[in-house]
Amino acid sequence: MTTLTPVVVIIEDDPPIRRFLRTGLRTQDFTIYEAATGKQGIIEAEVRKPDLIILDLGLPDMDGVDVINAIRAWSTVPIIILSARSNEQNKIDALDAGADDYLTKPFGFGELLARIRVALRHSTQTGAATNPEVFTNGDLTIDLHNRVVTIAGEDVHLTPIQYRLLTVLIKHPGKVLTHQQILKEVWGPSYQENAHYLRIYMSQLRQKLEANPTQPKYLLTESGVGYRFKA
Amino acid sequence: MNDQRPDPDELLARVERDKAKARRGRLKIFFGAAAGVGKTFAMLQAAHERRGENLDVVIGLVETHGRKETLALIEGLEILPTRKIEYKGKQLEEFDLDAALKRHPSIILVDELAHSNIPGTRHPKRWQDIQEILDAGIDVYTAVNVQHLESLNDAIDQISGIKVRETVPDTVFEGADEIELIDLPPNELLLRLKEGKVYVPQQAKEAANHFFRQGNLIALRELALRQTANRVDAQMLDYREDNAIQEVWQVGERIMVCIGPNGLAERLVRAGKRLAASLRADWIVAYVETPELQRLSSIKRDAVLRVLRLAEQLGAETVTLSAPNMSNAIIRYAQERNINKIVVGKPSRRGWKRWVLGSVVDVLISHAHNINIYLLGSPRNDAEDGLEVTSALKKAPLPGLKQQTPSRIRKRYIGYLWAFVVTGFSTLIAWLMFMKLELANLVMVYLLGVVFVATRFGRGPSVLASVLGVGLLDFLFVQPYFSFSVTDSEYLLTMIVMLIVGLVISNLMANVRSQAKVAFVRERRAAVLYTMSKDLASSQTEQEIVRIAVKHLHSEFGSRNVILFPNPIGRIVYPNQNDIIESYHGADLSVAQWVFEHNETAGQGTHTLPGAEAVYFPIHDGDRVLGVLALLPINLRRIFLPEQQKLLETLLRQIGQALLRIRISEQTKSTQMQIEAERLRNSLLSAISHDLRTPLATIVGSASTLLEDNVHLKPEDKLDLSRAILDEAERMSNLINNILDMARLDAGVIKLNKQWHPVEEIVGTVLTSLQKHLIGRKVNVEIPPGIPLIYADAVLIEQVLINLIENALRYTPTGTNIDINVETLQQQVKIAVADYGPGIPQGQEKHLFEKFYQANKEGAQSGVGLGLTICRAIVEAHGGSIGVHNKPEGGAVFTFNLPNDQPPPELEES
Repeated sequence: MTTLTPVVVIIEDDPPIRRFLRTGLRTQDFTIYEAATGKQGIIEAEVRKPDLIILDLGLPDMDGVDVINAIRAWSTVPIIILSARSNEQNKIDALDAGADDYLTKPFGFGELLARIRVALRHSTQTGAATNPEVFTNGDLTIDLHNRVVTIAGEDVHLTPIQYRLLTVLIKHPGKVLTHQQILKEVWGPSYQENAHYLRIYMSQLRQKLEANPTQPKYLLTESGVGYRFKA
Repeated sequence: MNDQRPDPDELLARVERDKAKARRGRLKIFFGAAAGVGKTFAMLQAAHERRGENLDVVIGLVETHGRKETLALIEGLEILPTRKIEYKGKQLEEFDLDAALKRHPSIILVDELAHSNIPGTRHPKRWQDIQEILDAGIDVYTAVNVQHLESLNDAIDQISGIKVRETVPDTVFEGADEIELIDLPPNELLLRLKEGKVYVPQQAKEAANHFFRQGNLIALRELALRQTANRVDAQMLDYREDNAIQEVWQVGERIMVCIGPNGLAERLVRAGKRLAASLRADWIVAYVETPELQRLSSIKRDAVLRVLRLAEQLGAETVTLSAPNMSNAIIRYAQERNINKIVVGKPSRRGWKRWVLGSVVDVLISHAHNINIYLLGSPRNDAEDGLEVTSALKKAPLPGLKQQTPSRIRKRYIGYLWAFVVTGFSTLIAWLMFMKLELANLVMVYLLGVVFVATRFGRGPSVLASVLGVGLLDFLFVQPYFSFSVTDSEYLLTMIVMLIVGLVISNLMANVRSQAKVAFVRERRAAVLYTMSKDLASSQTEQEIVRIAVKHLHSEFGSRNVILFPNPIGRIVYPNQNDIIESYHGADLSVAQWVFEHNETAGQGTHTLPGAEAVYFPIHDGDRVLGVLALLPINLRRIFLPEQQKLLETLLRQIGQALLRIRISEQTKSTQMQIEAERLRNSLLSAISHDLRTPLATIVGSASTLLEDNVHLKPEDKLDLSRAILDEAERMSNLINNILDMARLDAGVIKLNKQWHPVEEIVGTVLTSLQKHLIGRKVNVEIPPGIPLIYADAVLIEQVLINLIENALRYTPTGTNIDINVETLQQQVKIAVADYGPGIPQGQEKHLFEKFYQANKEGAQSGVGLGLTICRAIVEAHGGSIGVHNKPEGGAVFTFNLPNDQPPPELEES
């Protein structure tokens, strides 16, 4: 039955925001459970077995990151966090702790729905556990088996690092990856401090893949947080 | 006598006096003729009585000398611990002034008023300690013997032959609120002495025996009784004045004592004091410094200085007059100050000299018509021009005064040498002309030499030249030659006239010289004052004033100086900056603090804390002390000579005035700044309230329409209203973000998270986030290849770009393009956002970046005008700059530069 109406747990202390999320999401056929505190949220997450959790980082009783850690201890359920503006480090911490995506208040409902859909799709895909051999997005095609990247049918030559970076990004399409996460996957744990490596290679990748590198279609920057491959 | 009311001025003065007294503690002195009369005993008895009245009585210090009766009386009274001081290897006990001030009882007992403190304590004399206690509002009981009174000092010397070193100024005695005479007939005192009841120090036994003679004791008793009687008399007069009994009314008696640089000076001062006391008159001690007297040796001038100080201690006002003629100066000053009695010494010139050269006294008598002249004779064997000062004064040291410098002595010596040389030269010329000329012309040659010596070397050498000249003329050119005898009486007359003319020339020239010197000194002083006041007038900061003051004081007094200011809680602290060469390091802050609190001079050469290395002067603006000048003198005389002191006072007053001026202008400035801040706050409030209310009105209106009338609205109307709500909410959100950003930037809480970023990524992020707003616009981005990474906080720089682009969107017509250009300049990366709108109105380029500034105030475009201010704050935080200009073909260009002076990190390819 869960496949028909996805279950969403909202952990948020502000009643008006809860009301707007509840009203909006119900029209989209979600089953909603609410929690006003972190502790209650963790219990709801255990009891309701949700398909997605929406978590506010500014909870009165505990740190949002601790809530994520508590849930991640036993579940890989997608978590979308809500946070206040100009608090990049908080978002990064939450993402590094295992959150899947974030939204900055105030946000539009359309934005939220899009994120929820990406997160749900991603979780069902990883559930299916089979990555396709060939990844296609618009003009861009990546043949993971033959390690060939083409744009509108034309071959693009990538260096090994550029290729590795690209594959890390397309592994999680639509998902925000923090600098740390990408650095760790591409260069290894000892390169955590060298965020500029990532920026330079990302810049090179854009030069090769994007028609207009300053208005990218695929390789999006999440300001101050990380990168996202547009799904 | 209908008008029985007292003079209002007098009444006012009395009210003032009473008020001052009410604040001050009351001083009661137990007064006796000699040691052993029972002063301490009486004082302790009185203390017990006060205690019986439930008053807080404390013994500060009492000498019991082991007497049983006295010891018994100490029982039951609180005793303040004494201060232990190490002095010359001995542990000595001293009255603890600070403990007394801290304990603050209502009455404190401090014995031995005339006691001299051990060097190193705050005041050299105990009576000064007591003054400070009284100032603090504590009543004091103390005891003193008649021989310690300053004005009676010489009288006691004459009676008993004993010189008393420890004296108390009469002002202290007269200022006492109550005097209790403890009287004991000499016979009984002698009896007590025999019984061993009088304390006599072992080593002074013999002197004491000499002192405790019946005759002495009777005389001392008489002095004590008379002193007390005088006081009672004065009280009687006060009482009569208080009660408007005016029969005996002495109009403002004012006495002037004129002193000269001779042994009589000290006696004149004491006599003046006694006369003033008996007439209850104000008295002034004047010293006239004529050009002649300025030539006096520094030792003699110091002696005069000491006498003037003694006079001050005795309660006189002192004045130094500078004038060419002594008697004229005295008469003029006497008339100015309404003086009706003048005390002078007997004329020093006697016999024919007095007739020929005149005497100050004679001129005074013949010219000062309404003034009574009192003459004081010189005692016993004082020399006619006795320049010696009595030994007692000599022993009162004036620290820092040095002897005449050897170079000046050498200079004078050279003058005499020159007298010989010039006279020799004159003789040579006379010898060459001897055959051709008359004797009278030879005389002229010599006189020319005398004039030369007089102009160059002063009186002494020129007198020598005159005498030498006459001698040589007689010896060489007057018959018989090579002999001093004169045959022709005519020649004798020539030579006498020559000698007189020579001496007169010497004298005249000497006076001219010294007057020129005086004029030079005065002019220099005026110049010093002028330059300093000019410098001070143009100074703008306290630092500058301090620098000017320190420099000028150094050049005038040769001293090292520092001006210390109190911190906000009133503690004197060292200055922050100390980059002046002439400044004095290591000032004693505790001394400075005392000076600051008491508004009195202290330190070396003063009565307070004379052990300090420097002299500390308060700098005040008239009523408040603003700071303290610490001055480390190279020679104390340069500071304490009367004229120098006056100069220093004037300089200090000027510094005080300049400081006051700065304080006032600072206050005005801060008031202006407050007004400006207030204005800003008001404009912020009105701007915010306007900009927040407008979208709120739309939101509330649209939402309520949706709620109220859900039936009649068409779906597209609903959509329209919902969109309006969303748009306006986003507008508000932007505004609030801007306000919060500005507040955080203002408060300085934003820490730059600087990292290396490619510029195109920043531009890309900005364009992506503005996508929705850029619909219908074309954005041309030009980033030439090879632009280096920039080291910046990407989120903030993105904010700058967003604000600039939003600004362009707001002020340009829809559909026009926006250009973003990036270029590298030397050590800088320049990013420009150009639009194709109307451009910036002329003259507003600078104001655009100010808070709450909107180019078009009445316009429909909203926005509090914080966007550009935030841009500037962010760019400046990065060490860059931001500006705006109009393109010649139209449209505004906002440009900001970021420094690119660090090498980007190396990239290791793996």
